[in-house]
Amino acid sequence: MMTRVWFTAAAAATMLALAAPAFAAGDEIVLPKQKWSFSAPFGTFDRGELQRGFQVYKEVCAACHAMKLVAYRSLRDIGFSEAEVKAIAAANEVTDGPNDDGEMFQRPAAPFDRFKSPFANDKAARAANGGSLPPDLSLMAKAREHGPDYLKALMIGYEKPPAGMKVPDGQYYNKYFPGHLIAMPAPLGQEGQVGYEDGTKATIEQMSHDVTAFMMWAAEPKLEARHRMGIGVIGFLLLLTGLLIALKRRIWANVH
Amino acid sequence: MSLATDNKLIKWIDYRLPIFSMAQHSLIDYPTPKNLNYWWNFGSLAGICLVIQIVTGIVLAMHYTPHVDLAFNSVEHIMRDVNYGWLIRYVHANGASMFFVVVYIHIFRGLYFGSYQAPREILWFLGVVILLLMIATAFMGYVLPWGQMSFWGATVITNLFSAFPLVGEPIVTWLWGGFAVDNALLNRFFSLHYLLPFVLVGVVMLHLVALHQHGSNNPLGIDRQGPQDSIPFHPYYTVKDMVGLAVFLLVFALFVFYAPNLLGHADNYIPANPLVTPAHIVPEWYFLPFYAILRAVPDKLGGVLLMFAAIGILLLLPWLDTSKVRSARFRPVYKWFFWVLVADCVILLVAGGKPPEGFWLIMSRVATAYYFIHFIVLLPFIGWFETPLPQPTSITQAVLKPAQEKA
Repeated sequence: MMTRVWFTAAAAATMLALAAPAFAAGDEIVLPKQKWSFSAPFGTFDRGELQRGFQVYKEVCAACHAMKLVAYRSLRDIGFSEAEVKAIAAANEVTDGPNDDGEMFQRPAAPFDRFKSPFANDKAARAANGGSLPPDLSLMAKAREHGPDYLKALMIGYEKPPAGMKVPDGQYYNKYFPGHLIAMPAPLGQEGQVGYEDGTKATIEQMSHDVTAFMMWAAEPKLEARHRMGIGVIGFLLLLTGLLIALKRRIWANVH
Repeated sequence: MSLATDNKLIKWIDYRLPIFSMAQHSLIDYPTPKNLNYWWNFGSLAGICLVIQIVTGIVLAMHYTPHVDLAFNSVEHIMRDVNYGWLIRYVHANGASMFFVVVYIHIFRGLYFGSYQAPREILWFLGVVILLLMIATAFMGYVLPWGQMSFWGATVITNLFSAFPLVGEPIVTWLWGGFAVDNALLNRFFSLHYLLPFVLVGVVMLHLVALHQHGSNNPLGIDRQGPQDSIPFHPYYTVKDMVGLAVFLLVFALFVFYAPNLLGHADNYIPANPLVTPAHIVPEWYFLPFYAILRAVPDKLGGVLLMFAAIGILLLLPWLDTSKVRSARFRPVYKWFFWVLVADCVILLVAGGKPPEGFWLIMSRVATAYYFIHFIVLLPFIGWFETPLPQPTSITQAVLKPAQEKA
């Protein structure tokens, strides 16, 4: 009896879980499925991949896109040393103040600062980008359905538009973007656009994969801790369930 | 019923404030039907869900800022900078979903075994009040992160009140505290989202008082004939509830640790923007059946009224069900219609997540019509015309008979 009840409950929960993505709006765009080191239940981030991804972000994306929620100090988590983090931060000038004279002043960024945005405000960002606002990338990997698959597809999805489709000035055709017309030109246009220090070949495929992994880390920096804790919690609960079932049988033995 | 202790201090206190005798009376000695199955776990599970939500919610409130410019980032501050903030927030967010799963199962348990029938009508009413309070609380909670779905969900739902003639517009302005969904609304939603769970605790207490007046219904749906049909709540049902709790926590943990955003919506990781409407505004999954009913009606006011009626009709249930027999085990016809109703609600849930057009709009209309037909037409008629199966004369007889046959 009990097994049947819980089987039904589990089946219902599974159904629910399966149904959830199906609620997403119907669009005939099919994203290529990718393999991500972090997606499996025991998945972790690949430090090398994240550092390469950070390099792509820094040299390419950061020209237009902000990442306001990520602090330089958190780069320690992806394998940079304290000195490296200080150097990465210090390469940026930020405005601070007012000082004791009431003046704002410039200083090199420190590890406790958040990533410096490329534009002073949204209006400046729009003005520099033909009226379009390059969105903040801090949470981008969670802010789209199938985030990582979608982001990678988007970066390699630039193509010639189908015959008969007019692409207005300042727009580009992308087969994975909803509506297919995107204001962002292909960010990763050629092989070797970024010079990887670890010797990895910087193909477009590789760069888009690395930077997507980096965006996933930026959006969900506690993913590894979560996966790790989950193993312990679920292991404990399995044991507890077993013990409680045994205890329950023993206590109930004299009732039936 | 006297206190089973020799501890002088406990006796001294209890003589003046009988909290220990009350606990002994309602949690330990409390006579409970001996044949409750695991579907009876979901009541205590719902209570535990409420406690989990309150505890995690209080901690979240210590770090959250209810202001349109700061709310979204304060949630991210919890996720990134607060120690185990990610855990507390994911438990709270998924906890809401778990709470609704548990309560929906609890409600359908009541529907199957006729737990709303005399003398448990008021117990059932209080349950409906609990559901309404939960819906209000969950809706306001979803608004607090001030993401795109928060904002647009709040806009769509508060605008529903504009459907009422004459008073509609003033009501909406009053709810908003202004002329748009803005800071005033976020602030009051935070205030109410903090308040309502404690109101819930109060109604849950009344729900328990009503429950303990006549005791639990049971899978056979027959009244207890004497003490031989009951066992004390502790240790029998405390341990049985703990087995259920452990399994429930396993399912809960799978969501929290391995699919924390599965039941949410990606758009809510985009900060609220009044100038950009998301392509599809959908509520959380547990509201989808009601959303389907709302959109099934071409008239806005009609949709709103029907949506409220979908819950309101549950208040009439004790009289719409004309059967003299409680449990569906002895109701060969009702049993089937019960499962059709379950399927109907699942169809409404799926339809609520689809754009209201074509096939799914038709489905949601058919399913909405059937939902009301079930309660208004089928239930009374089944009760009148169905021939129930013979019921056992007592719980003990029914429990012992299969055991003796085996031996």
